[in-house]
Amino acid sequence: MSDKPQGCAAPAKGVLTPATPAAAAPEGSTKEVPRMQVMVGKPAPDFEANAYVDGGFTSVKLSDYRGKWVTLCFYPGDFTFV
Amino acid sequence: MSADSRFTHKIWQEEELSKMVPGGVPFPMLSDAGGRIGAAYGVYDEGAGVDVRGRFLIDPDGVIQAMEVLTPPVGRNFAELTRQVQAFQHVAKTKGTEATPAGWRPGDPTLKPGPDLVGKVWTVWKPKKE
Repeated sequence: MSDKPQGCAAPAKGVLTPATPAAAAPEGSTKEVPRMQVMVGKPAPDFEANAYVDGGFTSVKLSDYRGKWVTLCFYPGDFTFV
Repeated sequence: MSADSRFTHKIWQEEELSKMVPGGVPFPMLSDAGGRIGAAYGVYDEGAGVDVRGRFLIDPDGVIQAMEVLTPPVGRNFAELTRQVQAFQHVAKTKGTEATPAGWRPGDPTLKPGPDLVGKVWTVWKPKKE
């Protein structure tokens, strides 16, 4: 987790794991690069995301949690049940 | 993690979650701007512009060990998540020499996969209704 102060316009880096070269679109192609494979037994795509934690704003990088078990939960929106 | 901003997360924590959980939820609430991280995990619904209910259990090496994805109307079961965490941690502790059968809970017998176990699972494990 980063301790540096984060203002309103502090974009997090988002997805950090590059798609594998085999999955990349051929040169000159205008097609979207195919998604990396998310699969049990395969590495979780790394990312950095803006976060609210312990009453403050920071950013969180998945790979900073190496050595720990992590549960990553996605949900449709705040104020819905999770 | 949702497509909401961390500012919305703050208000949700203060206005609602802190009234359900004393002190509020103790883990980071992440913002997935534009659903890009959700898209990488295959759980971003482009039409609706939201992440669906995806849950990923990631081990200390950064490898996905379990995943569950639900459409929005149905919520999750945290007891099952806890059970899976306990089972995966047990398997990791035995360096994969033991496996946990269906419905396993800590203290229950485990399986030791190998030629001797073939056709003999019934001797060590009886299915049970939860």
